[in-house]
Amino acid sequence: MDAPAPVLQMRAISKRFPGVQALDAVDLAVSSGEVLALVGENGAGKSTLIKILAGADRADAGEIVVAGRPVRIESPKDAMALGIRVIYQEFNLVPQLSVMENIFLGREPAKLGLVDFHRMESDCAALLERVGADCSPRDLVLRLSVAQQQLVEIAKALSQDARILVLDEPSATLTERELDRLFALIRDLREHGVAMVYISHRLDEVFEIADRVTVLRDGKHAATASTSELTRDDIIRHMVGRELSDYIPSTVSRASEEVLRLEGLTCHERFRDVNLVVRAGEIVALAGLVGSGRTEVARAVFGADRVDAGRVIIAGQEARIRSPRGAIALGIGLATEDRKAQGLVLGLGVSANITLADLRAIARHGFIRQKAEAAAAGRFVDQLRIRTPSLRQQARLLSGGNQQKVVLAKWLFTECRMLILDEPTRGIDVGAKNEIYQLMNELCSQGRAILMISSELPEVLGVAHRIYVMREGEIAGELTREEATQERIMHLATGGAAA
Amino acid sequence: MTSVPETPKGAASLDALTRYALAATLVALCLFFAIATEDHVFVEPGNLINIANQSAINTIIAVGMTLVIVTGGIDLGVGSIVALAGVLCAGVMVGGLGCIVGKYRIELIPRIDGPMVAVIGLAAAGVVGVVAGLVNAASIVRFRITPFIATLAMMLMGRGAASLYSVSPIRSLPEPFIWIGQSGRLAGVPIPVYIAAVVAGVGWVVLARSTLGRHVYAVGGNEEAARLSGIPVGRIKTLVYAGCGLCAALAGAVLASQLGAGDCKVGQGFELDAIAAAVLGGTSLMGGRGTIVGTVLGALIIGVLDNGLTILGVSSFTQMILKGLVILGAVILDQLREKR
Repeated sequence: MDAPAPVLQMRAISKRFPGVQALDAVDLAVSSGEVLALVGENGAGKSTLIKILAGADRADAGEIVVAGRPVRIESPKDAMALGIRVIYQEFNLVPQLSVMENIFLGREPAKLGLVDFHRMESDCAALLERVGADCSPRDLVLRLSVAQQQLVEIAKALSQDARILVLDEPSATLTERELDRLFALIRDLREHGVAMVYISHRLDEVFEIADRVTVLRDGKHAATASTSELTRDDIIRHMVGRELSDYIPSTVSRASEEVLRLEGLTCHERFRDVNLVVRAGEIVALAGLVGSGRTEVARAVFGADRVDAGRVIIAGQEARIRSPRGAIALGIGLATEDRKAQGLVLGLGVSANITLADLRAIARHGFIRQKAEAAAAGRFVDQLRIRTPSLRQQARLLSGGNQQKVVLAKWLFTECRMLILDEPTRGIDVGAKNEIYQLMNELCSQGRAILMISSELPEVLGVAHRIYVMREGEIAGELTREEATQERIMHLATGGAAA
Repeated sequence: MTSVPETPKGAASLDALTRYALAATLVALCLFFAIATEDHVFVEPGNLINIANQSAINTIIAVGMTLVIVTGGIDLGVGSIVALAGVLCAGVMVGGLGCIVGKYRIELIPRIDGPMVAVIGLAAAGVVGVVAGLVNAASIVRFRITPFIATLAMMLMGRGAASLYSVSPIRSLPEPFIWIGQSGRLAGVPIPVYIAAVVAGVGWVVLARSTLGRHVYAVGGNEEAARLSGIPVGRIKTLVYAGCGLCAALAGAVLASQLGAGDCKVGQGFELDAIAAAVLGGTSLMGGRGTIVGTVLGALIIGVLDNGLTILGVSSFTQMILKGLVILGAVILDQLREKR
């Protein structure tokens, strides 16, 4: 092949975060007028790599070469000066300002020290036409659809002479027609020599739009090939296949009576017609890609968000859960994905966090019995081996693993019969991870029901007795532990037939 | 197996440290004024009692304010509630319930005499305070208006209502009521000091020992986590704003008794004194942190500064500057401590 010299090369990029090697000597190259798809499981290192390219993070080692010259990218400003622009899923637009003010933010055309709105408007209109956005320069961004905002972001990038454009999961929130328009724009930009990195979980799109694919796995470069030389199965095989050895095999399921049954649970725009069953004494995993609606289902069951249709049946009885308070009264606990923002009161002590969801158990006439609280909290600290200098230690000062144990202790203290765990081991070191798996097994053998949301396939395979896979707000399939393989889950999650 | 010491250490002792620092500051200020004032008049028992009495109103308001601030809110309306409760309390005692609106008088219950009249006056004030607090809570919880704006509106409405009710001060209050703020003494100490002590005691028990108090910290520390832990966030906020209104109204009644009149113009700027006392005492305006002990110490420090500087003949303008500097210094120290 007679490929042109790449306009961007990232060579042997490494990045270490506390406890995890996020990137290990990763290579990436893209030429002018080429679309490179960057794929990989959640946590494979795509975001970290892009952040390094955009100057939002710094690599520990490695080299970046732009147009044949080694460069240092130490801030977003450096990246922009090199013509590198990243369109993130979360747009960087000011909603209260108009389209043209956003596009020219910080570099408004001026005349005699005053903003030249006429020029701004005509320049903006030209850009909007080029990207095919059907909005006017004076529209407020907050009134635009997500697709329009995305086009405005791209227009903004073009106005800054972007030569290397990174699109981070641009299709996640688009309708089919909007996606077609986006692809048309991408093809047009390709004609004009823009180099593009297209990040997506949807393999169909990858085959439709990308010239080449780079696959990351576990922070390592797994494969790079032209899309014409690859099949869907090849890509999935490169994405999965992580080591299973770290995982404690779960005990045999002693599934008995049903604890939770969802029938046709629907929340428009988030998830549709979700049916699932969790029994006492089993660990059920809800697998799927980030954004497939798993967390939303959990929050709806827990009463944190509303549902539009469907039934929630707890222990054989239909339940109308309108608030977390109601869910807790029915014996459900939810350990959220984001411990710091939603699970813990960081300024309160370990014991206060443990007893928070059921203060009445240690209170008399509205007053907290200090000794009872210390005894209860102490019991859980011992049982879960929470490492803390004291029961009053502020939760903010604990490590991630110990914080997660405090969250689990909070729900165990409520003596819930059903525990929903959203990414229970995210950001936790290996030792604490194993302790949490062990605890899940113990709870399971005590006859509690566990619904675990996890994006880590080895974790799903190693811990769960049954697995539901979600895709784009729907249950794409159900697998028993025996049937399940990483490939089969990935196929269901990305929209192919189960292999 | 790890065993965990039950004695407070770590973060909890940091809070204790703040309190010791505050107490030390208070003692140091007292020593300074004792030495600096002529004939050491500052430390004469009469003057010390005077300081306690002068600090009583601010302490009562600041206790309620602390609860509100710990939930992450603010109540700017307390000064107006002081005035509104004061005039209504006075009006009810002088004119009976329904009483004087402008020059009209509608008597719903006849005016009575004897000690019971003071009880009725205080009850009227209490009702006013709780209602105002519930209105605040409704704006904040039901209509999701930020506390700053909701209580700013209450500040205006309360002041307006008090002035509508009676522009001129309502005087000739009954003797049993006047006794509370003026002649009444127990063991030589004025009654308002006891009232402030009881309010602070109740506030301490609620915040430090009750489930409600724990929920207040949780709501202020992380509202979403509190909600997902089944805590009725709206109910907690409602109780706290009602309680803060009640404290302000009680302060209004006591102030009316001290002044011998219900006056719609009193209480201006009281919200700032109460916030200053709470912040000086280590309460974080971000919510989730603060203690009643700290707030009481904060109110006493402000009281001692007012009194001592006045005795030294420092002009009131200079006093304002000094108090502002003290508050800035306290918060800067607190932030340095947090970062450690």
